[in-house]
Amino acid sequence: MTADAGTNDPTPTAAGLSGQGTGMPEWLVRIVLALVPILLALIVGAVILLLLGRDPISFYVNIVRRGLISWIGLQETITRCAPLILLGASLIVAFRAGLWNLGIDGQFLLAAVITAALSASMIQSVPAWIVLPVGMVAGFLVGAVWSLIPALLKAYQGVNEIVTTLMMSFLGVSLANVLIKIPFNDPNTTVPQTLTLATDDRLPRLFGTTINIGVVIAVVVILVVHWVMTRTAFGLRLQTVGANPKAALHAGLSVPLLTVVTFGLSAGLAGLAGSVEILGVWGNVRADWNPGYGLAIIPLVFLARFNGIAVIGFTFFFAMLSIGGETASRRADLPNYFVLVLVALILIFMALTEWLSHRRALARRA
Amino acid sequence: MTNSLPAATAETGANAPIVVVDGVTKRFPGVVANDDVSLSIYPGEVQALLGENGAGKSTLIAMLSGMLQPDAGAIRVRDQATAISSPRRALELGIGTVYQHPTLVPTLTVLENLMLGAPWHQRMNRAATRRRLGEISEMLGISLPEDATLGDLSLGQQQQVEIVKALWRGEQVLILDEATAMLTPKGVEDLGQVMGRLRDAGIAILFITHKLNEAVRFGDRVTVLKLGRKVGELTPDQLAALGEDQAITRIVDLMFGTASPEGAGGDADRNNSRLIDGPVVLSADELVAAAGPGEPAVSGVAFQVRAGEVFGIAGVDGNGQKQLAEALAGQRRIVGGSLSLKSEPISGLSVVQRQRAGLRYVTDDRLGEGTVGTFQVGLNLLLKRIGDEPFWRNGTIRKREVERHARTLIDRHDVRTPGPQTPIGRLSGGNIQKALLARELDNAPIAVIYNKPTYGLDANNIQFARRAIREQADQGVATVLISTDLDEILELSDRIGVMLQGRMVGIVDNDRDAQRRVGELMIGVGAAA
Repeated sequence: MTADAGTNDPTPTAAGLSGQGTGMPEWLVRIVLALVPILLALIVGAVILLLLGRDPISFYVNIVRRGLISWIGLQETITRCAPLILLGASLIVAFRAGLWNLGIDGQFLLAAVITAALSASMIQSVPAWIVLPVGMVAGFLVGAVWSLIPALLKAYQGVNEIVTTLMMSFLGVSLANVLIKIPFNDPNTTVPQTLTLATDDRLPRLFGTTINIGVVIAVVVILVVHWVMTRTAFGLRLQTVGANPKAALHAGLSVPLLTVVTFGLSAGLAGLAGSVEILGVWGNVRADWNPGYGLAIIPLVFLARFNGIAVIGFTFFFAMLSIGGETASRRADLPNYFVLVLVALILIFMALTEWLSHRRALARRA
Repeated sequence: MTNSLPAATAETGANAPIVVVDGVTKRFPGVVANDDVSLSIYPGEVQALLGENGAGKSTLIAMLSGMLQPDAGAIRVRDQATAISSPRRALELGIGTVYQHPTLVPTLTVLENLMLGAPWHQRMNRAATRRRLGEISEMLGISLPEDATLGDLSLGQQQQVEIVKALWRGEQVLILDEATAMLTPKGVEDLGQVMGRLRDAGIAILFITHKLNEAVRFGDRVTVLKLGRKVGELTPDQLAALGEDQAITRIVDLMFGTASPEGAGGDADRNNSRLIDGPVVLSADELVAAAGPGEPAVSGVAFQVRAGEVFGIAGVDGNGQKQLAEALAGQRRIVGGSLSLKSEPISGLSVVQRQRAGLRYVTDDRLGEGTVGTFQVGLNLLLKRIGDEPFWRNGTIRKREVERHARTLIDRHDVRTPGPQTPIGRLSGGNIQKALLARELDNAPIAVIYNKPTYGLDANNIQFARRAIREQADQGVATVLISTDLDEILELSDRIGVMLQGRMVGIVDNDRDAQRRVGELMIGVGAAA
């Protein structure tokens, strides 16, 4: 993790409106700061590949060819972006308000299971154009409800939400498993899984591609979230709570209420991500399915400095890396997990860059 | 450790100081915490360092114990100019510190806690530790249950363990930071005896407190800090000559005013009390405020402020002034009594409702709660009006309106900022305070509560702020001025109420006799008026 959990304040750089820079424009500085760790990670990754006796150039080329250039791969990459972007939107809401919602994996999975079960049983009697939105709303609500305990504990008792959301996430994943295996189990399959929503009833696809409209929903949602957080009074209130809770109290904001609302929105969006993934791609949830996107997306949101538009870019890069990486690893006769080495390197260099720019800021102030 | 030969110094007293703080200055963003502070710490002497919260005591200790480095000035130990670069270095120099907050592990035993300081590669030596503990206990005249779990001990005993630890390696200087804050009266008594024995053993003790009577009782020498500056020192000879009562009077003078050296007689013609016959605007009656654990409980506070009147609230810091201010502003629940603004009861209203009704609160915690440091100046100027027209329309910000509003206030209050979009945390303390005043005094205030409005500011900004307060009052604003700076209260107020232990123990007109009466009320001597 980049920011230390001890301070419990994930909003070191959240500014009000547009920042004012010196010399280089602020946005350019930010882009450079974001790209440098990726570049360094690729270089060090290449060194590791060389040490392993693999050809780094062809490895990277394979990633790009499979994840970006090939038509099938590009479609997969874009499809993969949908849940990631929605989870990013979820985290932006929480982080900008100074809250660590680390329970998005549980919220995601629980919402996915309930959406799958609900939509697959509803579809027998109700048309798809009703089932799909209902499924998404249900997913949003399931996620929101699952955050209620941490939210109330944080708002009224000051209980550290990092601990409670992680615990609830664990419980959520377990409960999802129970739901799949007992009440929602499809009796016609050997592997435990929910009933399946037929391909034709899932989210419509774009112009004869395999990309469903989930990604469009995701992009719209994150742009709205970005706008709400940076341009509206509501977003400013959340940011005030995040940046200085005492000032929020001083200004007469209801910090407990805003805390609960923040949790509801953040967890709801995580739930929506689960719904969109099920309604768009899978149609059901198998008992062994838990993609664990949540912990992968947290660093990307930090890398993007809570900027919704930047999250879209980083998410696309990450999706390409994971889709293309599968093929590239196989070709290089490396385990699939090698992509995770690259991700880890990005994180390490990201932390280093963050530390250095922090040092620079301190030096400039002195 | 050996004392170097005493160099010829101009200090009074026979022995040479072991630690000399020479003109030390330490700045933090917006505040000068220590401003050219000098003092000497002598072996075999208890020096009481007295000052209110925010006087700069903690900063000074942090520099002596190696946690902070001075920006200017020097610290000399045994006549050697030394950088106390780290807490470890402080210990090497023989300076042991007992901090205000416990630094021991409550789940370990006394003995285990004392063995924690050893290097990691050494085997723990119980026998030697026991022996050393015995030696120090004997010197202190105490006995500690060595194998008891620390958390089971009384706070006084836990503190004794802290003292033992601070003297573990034969430290010759002991710094006690607010050591009596959490002790029972009996514990304070015991601590006094321990300090006496240490003094007799030749240890130099710096005893930090904000309690006047403790300083006089335990201190052989009393040094007074006020707003980061050393305002006076009573040497052992002076203390002996004055006697306890007179010493207290002298120290009250040092802490709370009489900036003019000629004393109270110098401004005998001063009579700030003006005849104010405007309508009563703000009225509190038997007010009781909710209090958390460890906070002074505000109760039974009653006062009235008329339009155009400045009502000063004096008192030693920490006697419920902040809690009262928060209760008036709506940040703290009022659980009894009544509060009204223009005859309308407001004790049930929220912060925002009171703000809209014209009641304003200028907090003393400028960066902590008054502003959001990372937000730009323009937004901070609207922090209490988020979502209001015309700056937001349908909940969406209108940057042009925000910026125009910011520019108006920045001009009107002379806030020195690169621009309305600069994060307010980058401004100096004086300019942050100007921005705060600008925000609270904007948009037709009826009654304004100022809490320590000039704390930590330089002379220019102090004058600026005081003028702004006075001008507002002249325009008919009912003004409540809470300050621990008696000069300020006397300069601005028409009437003065005094807070002591959460109660308003008296209200006096600001006439020529006010200073003496207020001073007495502050330390609980005068009868309620």
